[in-house]
Amino acid sequence: MRLSKGLGALALGAMLAAGSGCARGPAPGRVELRFWAMGREGEVVQELVADFEKLHPGIHVRVQQIPWSAAHEKLLTGHVGGSTPDISQLGNTWIAEFSALNAVEPLGPWLERSSDCNPDSFFAGIFDTNRLEGVVYGVPWYVDTRLLFYRRDLLGEAGYASMPTNWKDWREAMRAIKRRVGPKRFAIFLPANEPTQAEILGLQAGSTLLKDHDSRGAFQDPPFRRAFDFYIGLFREGLAPPVGNSEIANVYQEFAKGTFAMYITGPWNLGQFHDQLPADLQGKWATAALPGPEGPEGGVSLAGGSSLVMFRGSKHKAEAWQLIEYLSQPEQQLRFYHLSGDLPARREAWRDTALSADPRFRSFGVQLGRAVSTPKIPEWENVIAKIQDQAESVIRGAASTDSALAALDREVNVLLEKRRWLLERRRLSGQPVAEAKR
Amino acid sequence: MKGWVERQQSRAAWAFLSPALLLLGLFFFLPVVAGLALSVTDFDIYAIGDFSTVRFVGLRNYVQAFTNPVFGTALRNTFYFVLVGGPLSVFTSLGAALLVNAPLVRFRTFFRTVFFAPVVTTLVAVAIVWRYLYHPSYGLLNLALGKVGIHPIDWLGDPHWAMPSLILLAVWKNFGYNMLIFLAGLQSIPEELYEASRLDGATAAGRFRHITLPSLGPTFLFVAVMTMIGHFQLFAEPYVMTQGGPLKSTTSVVLLMYQEGFKWWRLGMASAFAFILFMIMLAATWIQMRLQRAEAS
Repeated sequence: MRLSKGLGALALGAMLAAGSGCARGPAPGRVELRFWAMGREGEVVQELVADFEKLHPGIHVRVQQIPWSAAHEKLLTGHVGGSTPDISQLGNTWIAEFSALNAVEPLGPWLERSSDCNPDSFFAGIFDTNRLEGVVYGVPWYVDTRLLFYRRDLLGEAGYASMPTNWKDWREAMRAIKRRVGPKRFAIFLPANEPTQAEILGLQAGSTLLKDHDSRGAFQDPPFRRAFDFYIGLFREGLAPPVGNSEIANVYQEFAKGTFAMYITGPWNLGQFHDQLPADLQGKWATAALPGPEGPEGGVSLAGGSSLVMFRGSKHKAEAWQLIEYLSQPEQQLRFYHLSGDLPARREAWRDTALSADPRFRSFGVQLGRAVSTPKIPEWENVIAKIQDQAESVIRGAASTDSALAALDREVNVLLEKRRWLLERRRLSGQPVAEAKR
Repeated sequence: MKGWVERQQSRAAWAFLSPALLLLGLFFFLPVVAGLALSVTDFDIYAIGDFSTVRFVGLRNYVQAFTNPVFGTALRNTFYFVLVGGPLSVFTSLGAALLVNAPLVRFRTFFRTVFFAPVVTTLVAVAIVWRYLYHPSYGLLNLALGKVGIHPIDWLGDPHWAMPSLILLAVWKNFGYNMLIFLAGLQSIPEELYEASRLDGATAAGRFRHITLPSLGPTFLFVAVMTMIGHFQLFAEPYVMTQGGPLKSTTSVVLLMYQEGFKWWRLGMASAFAFILFMIMLAATWIQMRLQRAEAS
């Protein structure tokens, strides 16, 4: 049975972790910090860590690289088995979950004492993803948001010198492109199997996505409804193909062929577009901050990326904080950007010419200034999956907008029942329930 | 004194059995009981953080499972896979076994090995190859269909074709194993029976109908039950090929259980899914045994 296997794996994982923990101790007199980092970040951070060790000869940092696909499970089993590291990279949408688990250390006192690491020096929306009911649990390490990648030549041919900044003009531009490219090509690619676009447009239209202290869905309420109608309209008008990523197969090839002229995606594609697109297209693509419903200010996007967190179980919190502080320095952030391509979370680092000289990066800087966080609750990723299911069924014509949004609210409300109960329990015990702030 | 010997014997028997019983209890019965207990609670991520948030919810998880449209879809998909994929797999195995066993076939060992090879390869590696075969624009399968004038099919992207595509993959991947079992069954049929029937003038079809099939009865039962149980546990194929999509058309009960339990950490709900599936499998096995027994008598 699945479950017994899972419990067995849990126990085994805990045993292995405990075993490896005592097998190799630090050299006498030296503090050993255990640092978990994921994927490519885990690889390149070794170089920064080596310099940190030179500055702090009393600290040895053991970096453990974890593949992204296994990271979430490993962190959880680590927590259950009591073998969490001192410090870890954590996707900022996971912070709510790990704070609900009581696994991560509040960083407020450390931040107050710090001379360099100041909340105001980060992008505000990004920093906010680390704050739950006023308590800070993580320091942003690198950032990620979504914006428009587009074919400047195709937009130009349709009569637009630059990307429009409000929904109405944006849609007009898409229609103009569509008229030129004909039935087989499209103005924009919005992968039907991704919830991101619906999520972003909802936030832009002023929806909080959830309501009542994030304990009920707000998907049938007017703001989200407006965004969803706009989103679905793009498919119904034939401006976007009603297909998912797997049906497009190779986004770069199709973008080069002009199958679509716009694509909403993240910073990792800056490098990919540079490497994958043919040379004659390199001058023809650009990035732009997302248009907003009424104008550029409303063109918000997701505040993504990873933070650095300290675990409650750590015995070397002072040293762990030194490492977090070190990795947050603008110079280190910039070095990390050059090594990994990950965009720095500190705004000072963006003054560097590597980022400020290239207009494609500048758009990201602008967009990051308009990044907002999604509801910070442990169930959020599950809610997103439900948004995707319902959006996909409307896009593919299997359900109407009315029934899909009603089903979405219903399912999300079932999912958040536990949350409502917990809020009620807190209210009864006399603890104040802080107003959710975005 | 006889009582004493018997007592000693049974004591010795228990002593020899106890390690096995202990292991079985610890790693099988205890987890099953724990799973059953979990399935009547709302054990979730909050409960891992603070155990006091666990609530006893009675049968609520079971009720919610049956009112959850995704679970209904997963059940339908699983039955589709069992009812279409299962028989297809069994008959492919039987066909392959008959072919490999036919006296006229040369290079028998070679074919046996080739047919068995997919069983021992890992699905993850095989999935990469099959994803290429199924690719809507560059896939070999659509290329072949194009040659005979059939429009390309989006095998894994079209909700109607995704499950048949997985069934094809599963049949190809697994038929070799049952083929070996059928082969063993075929080889245990005494040659004298065939000889005698030939002397009596039975045709090849008659020999198959009246000798081969009845002799394979027990083998057939075993293969059918094992295949059915295996098919109910559909997981790896959608997990690596489609992630349950498109439009949940390949989400199986076990895949949903995995997502519920290890992606969203709603272990109470996931355990309820597990027990529902267990009951269904138990019932299906019982029905199958009854049917076969009724036919035999």
